[in-house]
This record gives sequence, C-alpha cells and structure tokens, in this order.
Amino acid sequence: MLQWLPENIASYGAQYDAVFANIYYIVGAWFLAAELFLFFCIFAFGRRKGRKAGYLPGHSWKAMSWVLIPAVVILGFDLAIDHQQVPMWRAIKEKQPPADQTVTVKGKQFVWDITHPGADGKLGTEDDKQTMNQLYVPVDKVIHLNLEAEDVIHSFFIPNLRFKQDVVPGRSIKGWFKAVKTGQYKISCAELCGVGHGNMGGWIHVLSEQDYQKWLRGEEITTSRLDKDSL
Amino acid sequence: MYHMQTGHAVGFWRKYVFSTDHKVIGLQYMITGLFMAILGGFLAYAFRMQLAYPNEAVPLFGQVGPDVYNAMVTMHGTIMLFWVAQPILVSGFGNYLVPLQLGAEDMCFPRLNMLSYWTFLVSTVLLVASFFVPGGAMGGGWTGYPPLNARMDYTGVDWGGTLWILALALEFAAALMSGINVLSTTLNMRTKGMTLFRMPLFVWMQNAANLIFMFSVGPLIAGALMLLADRTLQTGFFIPAQGGDPLLWQHLFWFFGHPEVYVLLLPALGILTEVIPTFARKPIFGYRMIVYSVVAAGVLSFIVWAHHQFVSGINPQLAVAFSLTTIMISVPFAVIIFSFLATLWRASIEYKVAMLFALGMLAEFLIGGVTGIHLASTSTDIYLHDTYFVVAHFHYTMFPVTFFGMFAGIYYWFPKMFGRKMNEGLGWIHFLVTFVAFNVIFIPLFAFGLAGHQRRIYDPSLWENLVPYQHLHVIATAATIVLLLGQIPFVFNFFWSMKKGRKAERNPWKSNTLEWDTPSPPGHGNFEAAPVVYRWPYEYSAPDREEDYRPQWLAPEAKP
Amino acid sequence: MSTAATATLDRYESPSVATGRMGMWWVLASEIVIFGGAVVCYLLYRWHHPEWAESAVHTNELIGVINTVVLLTSSLTIVLAHDAAHHGDAARAKRLMGFTILLGLAFLCFKAYEYSHEVAAGFTPVKNLFWSFYYFLTGLHALHIVAGLIAIATVMRGVGRRENMQRVEYVGIYWHFVDVVWIFLFPLLYLAPKF
Repeated sequence: MLQWLPENIASYGAQYDAVFANIYYIVGAWFLAAELFLFFCIFAFGRRKGRKAGYLPGHSWKAMSWVLIPAVVILGFDLAIDHQQVPMWRAIKEKQPPADQTVTVKGKQFVWDITHPGADGKLGTEDDKQTMNQLYVPVDKVIHLNLEAEDVIHSFFIPNLRFKQDVVPGRSIKGWFKAVKTGQYKISCAELCGVGHGNMGGWIHVLSEQDYQKWLRGEEITTSRLDKDSL
Repeated sequence: MYHMQTGHAVGFWRKYVFSTDHKVIGLQYMITGLFMAILGGFLAYAFRMQLAYPNEAVPLFGQVGPDVYNAMVTMHGTIMLFWVAQPILVSGFGNYLVPLQLGAEDMCFPRLNMLSYWTFLVSTVLLVASFFVPGGAMGGGWTGYPPLNARMDYTGVDWGGTLWILALALEFAAALMSGINVLSTTLNMRTKGMTLFRMPLFVWMQNAANLIFMFSVGPLIAGALMLLADRTLQTGFFIPAQGGDPLLWQHLFWFFGHPEVYVLLLPALGILTEVIPTFARKPIFGYRMIVYSVVAAGVLSFIVWAHHQFVSGINPQLAVAFSLTTIMISVPFAVIIFSFLATLWRASIEYKVAMLFALGMLAEFLIGGVTGIHLASTSTDIYLHDTYFVVAHFHYTMFPVTFFGMFAGIYYWFPKMFGRKMNEGLGWIHFLVTFVAFNVIFIPLFAFGLAGHQRRIYDPSLWENLVPYQHLHVIATAATIVLLLGQIPFVFNFFWSMKKGRKAERNPWKSNTLEWDTPSPPGHGNFEAAPVVYRWPYEYSAPDREEDYRPQWLAPEAKP
Repeated sequence: MSTAATATLDRYESPSVATGRMGMWWVLASEIVIFGGAVVCYLLYRWHHPEWAESAVHTNELIGVINTVVLLTSSLTIVLAHDAAHHGDAARAKRLMGFTILLGLAFLCFKAYEYSHEVAAGFTPVKNLFWSFYYFLTGLHALHIVAGLIAIATVMRGVGRRENMQRVEYVGIYWHFVDVVWIFLFPLLYLAPKF
C-alpha cells in the first residue's frame, strides 16, 4: 500500500514516511493476526454431528486474561506508536526552524492568492511579487507560510511535501517546510469550500537558487514548466 | 397467570399507522430507513458515475455539475447516517427488541414513542423536500462547516441548507424521545428475575448508545440554532468579521459527531452479541467485561472529538492530547472484538445468513478499526486528513456497522417480526455479492487517498496528479453498481418471504432471549403470560445438558 | 385478564423511581446539555471579548429582577400545587396551577415589553454578537416557558377531572428547571458587566 504515496520532497520526508511505515506494519500485523484467527475459527469450528460447542462463558479472571492480555499488549503498542509519532508532529507544527523566507498564502473562493517577498526578502514592501495559484520557492531553504483565508475555510495541501493546514478566516496560521528537490508539484484545496472547490489548486515551483533569482528578476526559466496554468 | 395479549379490535389505521405498539413503531422506523437507504444508494451511484466518467451524462440521472455533485455527497452522508443508520439501528431495532427482550408488554411511554416516529417522519419529508427547492439541496458538506454554510452566498444553496438544519434538529428530537423510552423502559420494566446483569447485551448496548446520544447532541442542537440564525438573520455566531469563530462549530459538531459513531456502532455490536452466540451455540465470552468495555468506550468517546480537527488550526498541544485519547479508545473495542473471537473458539457454527453478515461485519470492521490508527496519530493525519483514505476508513467502519449489522439483525429477527423465515439461498447470494463488492469499492480508495486524492472534488480528470489513477475510480464505480444490484435479491426476499416464506415457529433458531418466548409475530402486549427470568441469556451448550440451549424463561427442574 | 395498571404492580422488577418522574428526569438531562452547550459557547466568547460589557450595560436589569421574582414566585405556586395534589385537594391544586400559568404569562409579557424597547433602541439581534447571544439565550428560554405553560395547562385539565394527579409533580420538575435556567441567564447576561 505504501508505494502509493507520492514522492516525498520535504526535508523531514524520510522520517515522516518512516512513521507512516511503522504504524502500517504494526497495525498490519495485528490485523492479519486477528483476521487469520477469525477465518480459522469460521472454517475449523463449523457444526458437525456429534460435536458440541465448548462452554466458555469467560467469567473468571483466568479466562478473561485471554482477552485482557492481548488488549494490554495493544495498549502498549498504542503508546509506542504515539511516542514515536508525536515528535514528528511537534517538528512539523510546533517547532519551526528560523525562516529563510516568508510567504503569505491567502485562500479565497476559489484561488490561492500568494504574496512572495521580492529581492529584499521582506514581505510588505513594494517589490513583493503577487501570484495566483503559483508558489515559487528556492530549494533547500526554510520557507515560512502565513496561511490566511478571506471568506470560508480552505485547506492548503501539498501532497509531495506532506503539508496540509486549514486556512481559517480571521486567523493567520504559521506553517513551514523545506523542499529538497527542484521541480513542480501540485497544490490543492482539501477542505470543501463551495462550488469551485474541485477547481481550486495550483503548483509549487521549487527552483534552484539561480532560477529563483531569475524568476525574481522576471526572466524566463527553462528548467521549469512555467507556462503551466492548468490545475 | 396474566393474559396480556389484549385482543381488543383496533382498526387498520390505529394498528399499522398511528400505532403506539413498540413493534409497529420499530418496523415503521426500519422501513422508512430502508427507503431512505435506496435514496442514499442512488445518490452514491450518481456521484460515483461522475467520478469514473467525468462530465458524461449519468444514465437515469443526467448531467452532474459541481453544485449538484456537492449536494449529492452532502445528502448521501446525511441520509446514510441520520436517516438510515440511526433510525434502523437505534430507533428501529431498539424499539422492536428492547421491550421484548426485557419481557415488557410495551415501552413505558407508548404515546411519546408514536410522537417520536411521527417527528422523524416529518424530518424525513423536510429532508426529501429540500431536493426540490430553488438552489437545490444542502451542498456544504454533511458536517455543515461555517462560514461556508453560514451565508447562502458562499454555496449558492438557499432553502436547501435551512431545511437541512431544521430536518436534522427534528431528527435529533425524535431520537431523543425514542431514547428516553429505551432508558426508562430498561430501568423500570424488566420482568421478574431480569436483573441488570441478566439483560441481553443488546439491551446494554442500546442503553449505552442512547445515553451517549443524549449527552452529546445537546450542544450541537444549540449550535444548529446558531447556524440557522446566521443563515437566516445574518447574525455572526460563526462569522469572523462579526466576532464569531468558525472553529467553535467544529468543536460543537465533533463533540457530537464522534460519539455518534459509537451511537451507531454499539447497537450493531448489540445485534452481533445476539446473533453470534446463537449460531455459534456458545455463550458470549466475558459478558461483564464487554459491559465494562462499553462503559469505558462511552466515557472516552466524549474526549476524543478534536481528532477531526488536527489540521484545522487548533492548538498543536491540544492535538497531542486528543491523539492520545483517540488511540486509547481502541483498547475497549479491542476487548470487545477479542471477546467475539473468543466466542467463536471451539464453537459449533451454523452458517446461516444472519451469522454470515455478523461475521462479515467483524471482518470488515477490523479494517475500519486498524486504519483509524493512522488517522488518530497526529503526524500521519496531516497527510491523510480530508483525503480518500478518510473516506475509505469511515466507510469501512460505518458500512459494516450499518448494513452488515442491519442485515444480520433482519435475517435473524425476520421470523419473529413476520412469522416466516427468509430464504437462505437468496440470502447467501445477497451476502456474497455485498461482501465482495463492498471491498472492491473501498480498498482502491485507500490507495487513492495515499496517492493524495483530496475529498469532494467533482472532476478528478482536472487533476494532473490524479489522472494516472483514474482506473481506480472506474473499478470502484463498477463495484458500486454491483453492490446496489446485489440488494435486489434482498428486497425480493424480504417481501416474498413476508407472504410466502416458510412458516417460523416461536423459537426457530433455538435461542435463549425472551423475544423467542412470544408468538411469531407477537401480538399487541407481546407475551401471553408474564415471563419470569431464571438465568443469564447466553446459556448455550452447557456441559450438564442434552440440548445445547436453555432459554431464560425456563424454570429450573426440581432436584430429584 | 387484568388491566395494565394492576398488572404493572408486581409484574416487573421493583422500579426505583416512578416511571413518569424518571421520564421527566431524562427530558431534563437532554435539556441541560442543550442549554449547557449554549451557555458554554456564550461564556467562551465573552471570555475573549471583554468589550461586550459595553453592550451588556444596555440590558434592562430592573425588568430582569422583576422577572426573576415572577419566576421564583411561580416556582413556589407550582410546589404548593404539587403539595395540594399530593393531599388529593384537586381544586386547590388547580387554582395554584392557574396562578403559575398567570405568572408565566406575566413573565412573557415583561419579556416582550423588554424586547420591543431594546429593538426600538437599535439593539437588534444583528447589532453585535452580544445581542445575538442575548436574544438566542433568552429566546430559547422563553420558548421553554411557552412549552411549560402548555404542559401545565394540559395537566391542569386532567386534575380538574381528578385524573393523573401525579403529573402535577412532573410538570413541576420541568417548571423548576426552566426557573433554574433563568437563574443562570440573569446574572450572565444582565449583571456580569456591571461588576
């Protein structure tokens, strides 16, 4: 199943997908064990002449331990899973590394309105570059996002970066990522936002440092399909 | 000896329509729910066709635009949860069986019960009517998130959304009335000898479900009124520009919405606790342990809601806490599932159709359960939230619960309800088609979710990253059609058996609980003589007896 | 064949609480979470919006006090009605329930007067969120007053025929609940800003 995940280009990608795989194998093993036991019982204990079912009401602690011990083991696995995955969550949502650059992403019905800092590297100055649905970032740089919404709730989703955050009107939510591979990747809206929800998306262009500087100057970039305006 | 089958003649209308008999009301709930299931299934067919073959006219339906698509997925979810699962599993089976299993002659508030059903019917009419108003039916998602649904302009849905809120509020009121009856009847109308720990687990589960519902739905009713005011009066309860907070709605919604999952799950597990011991000819394993697990799960269910909101902008610390409680709730359910598995160990299984559906529910529900761990874990949920993985996950929980659980119950109690048995051969076909087709629909959707397919988009062909996997949509849609066609044998079997099925005696499955001590079907007042209960309900294959069952109502023989 | 009434006497495991009373407690349980949810929403917002105090000073606390007294008195009359019904004095019970209904109607009249003046002064439900909550909470409460009045009137008819006298207690429980809700709403909406 895991091979269905799209290519991971986030700096935390390897650890992230490892958390994924870890949970997958733990619950997969339990799932297989339970299903095998279930199907074994179904086929092995069919009604036969002359054989009577066992009388096992499971009233005693000794009998109940057949159920309770596996349940406690499950609790142990649960806690182990949680223990392993929480640091990942904190790394993504709580502990933001210092920004190399900050971009404002504003969702509105049905486009992503994106404000990049210009050559001065600061937002809110004259050389800010405004785009619709197209996010340009330099590779290997920590990008901070101010995630906002104008009308309804949207959700900023970049599958290849394993990035998702709802944008809520009235709030500015911080997010961050560092892309480690150049190329173009999908952006979509993952929260139902109205009639145009199915058309709300865009592209993230992860550019090499030279290409990024070129884009800032408004020059043509050959390594990236910049003409792309489809979803 | 009492004779409680009061034979006084009542006319057709009082007997079958404006009835206060809990059995008739239970059947009314079930049949209304089954009709709504046809509607919900048809919607699924139409939007799945659109997903598989975008923008081609759907046979029997027509063109599906984005607005129609949104309305269809919203109404499909709403209908399947609140007009199929809830009325059938909770109000339907609960009404029919709780008084019978307790040895009571009716619910303790029969007229409240009738009011409950008629309120529900009005809500059904409102909901169906909302398809036909200008602007169409509600298209803002079954979760009704504001601000999208707090202003008509955001969705273009006009009266549809308002009717949707009103219908839900009435449906909740109906379910509360029905729940008050179940809870009071259980406390006050247990026949002699029916102590709490001699009650069938089905009754325990029904009570737990109704308690959970009662204590979780209130805040959402308040929230629904606020949303209604936002829509109609332009107040700003959920509008940030006016000082409101859209996340408040999410808290109110999921404070109810997650416990609601258990409100629907527990009655279905209750059906399993009756069907599986009967056909395994074996006592349920760990009766008290199951009861305590249900209590634990019920309590925990009130502190897990925010796992629906990990990426909604809530405090990340809070998310960590909710992740822990959510993962922990798997433990009581693990106990229940393992108890079922232990019940099957060294059983003597009769492969009747009711048993097949019960076992099918177990097998499928396991998938729903284990995939939940990826969603309960905050970090993996970042990626999976609002993708098709979630869609597949909750269908693997809710479909087995609603349909496998319901079919297990119908095949099992049909002889009691109508005095005749359903045809086993047709039942096998029904089961096999349903089981296979269901998996073929939803396993591809897990893959699709992992590939990054976001939910609720009407045309996947617009998305370059999804186009390579379009064949998964085609497979799922084909299987949907098979699944729907597979219900034809059931519908035929249901009506045919009602008239022509083999006559059933009182206790055709050789079962232990009190409903099998009544004539099939039971008359008004249920029992010919007040039953007295002598033992717990799962005395199957006791080692000291020849027969492999000993009903609750049989008096112990005098010692020689 | 025995009637249902005698049959229930020794037909079931002995019930702990009279069935009607228990039904009423379940109704209240459902209602408490509805009002509880609404009030918690209000408190959360109020916490984040201290400036609502400026709006709240425009509520009419004199009418609020009068209505509190009216409702408390009506609670007393319904208790006395229960007591009378308990002792089999149907006429007195009926009279006291009549008083309760009159007091409930008085409450609604005062409330209507208050609403109309507030709306006339421009404090409509859409003025700001405080007023939205004010109308939402007091309106929901007023609807429960109306429901309570209908219930009391229905029971009163039965009492006149000396039927179902025990129901006086049940509507009484409900009426107390409506009263208690007001005891919460009054300080939260009218008084809180002034301190």
